[in-house]
Amino acid sequence: MVYLPSTRHLLRAKDLVDARYREPLDVPTLARAASLSPAHFSREFRRVFGETPHQYLLTRRLERAAAMLRNTDHAVADICFEVGLSSVGSFTTSFRRVYGMTPSAYRAANPPAARARVPTCVLQAYARPQSRSFREDRRAAQG
Amino acid sequence: MLKQLTHVQVWVHDQDEALAFYTEKLGLELREDVTVPEMGNFRWLSVGVPGQDDVAITLMEIPGPPVFEEETRQKIVDLLSRGASGGLFFSTDNAQQAYQELKNRGVEFTQEPTEQPYGIDAGFRDPSGNHFRMAQPR
Repeated sequence: MVYLPSTRHLLRAKDLVDARYREPLDVPTLARAASLSPAHFSREFRRVFGETPHQYLLTRRLERAAAMLRNTDHAVADICFEVGLSSVGSFTTSFRRVYGMTPSAYRAANPPAARARVPTCVLQAYARPQSRSFREDRRAAQG
Repeated sequence: MLKQLTHVQVWVHDQDEALAFYTEKLGLELREDVTVPEMGNFRWLSVGVPGQDDVAITLMEIPGPPVFEEETRQKIVDLLSRGASGGLFFSTDNAQQAYQELKNRGVEFTQEPTEQPYGIDAGFRDPSGNHFRMAQPR
């Protein structure tokens, strides 16, 4: 058996976020996917992918929410729950911090016009917001 | 001028494991498996989609010296394991059915079949971390 780096296990946790962001994922669940203890997992995830599992999950949900605002007529509150978030208030706050406008304003500014048929995997990879503007990032940077 | 695309290459960290995965789990067929002793037992291993004879996927072991020094080899292995590989796209007639079959065989999915403007697509990985898509066009 050829040596497989432990990062391959971390990638499973990242994949789990991409596949199941709609569900209430927590760090212990993600850590199990990577076969690591929760504390060790969060550290390693951050070392390998440059952000915490929590940040990755939140930005994935925001990216999916933005896509749904552009491509569906679902209500903002419904989209919030459909991407796995449980508070419309925090959703709106996080969304605004990342996209610079409320979800409704974002929807108005991005009508579902004819656009290139970019595969979802490409969209998910490129359209996910950078998370450096999150408060928890600054705390982590200081700590 | 160039006539046809015949082979695409995928790095794998273990050719035996890759061969089992690509044939037994993904259902591809073995095309070429040749080991060349005078080239340090280099193994030319390729698989393909049954029915599509003119395109093969070469499963390349990540080589050490004299091709790459150990540091480079290790970096490629590491990048693959982080999911930093390119991707291959497949088509399917029935994404939901293919998803169920592949999942039952233990394929790791990164995305369940999802309705898109262009059809239904899903994503999965091989043991090394390579990323693949399959789409049922509309």
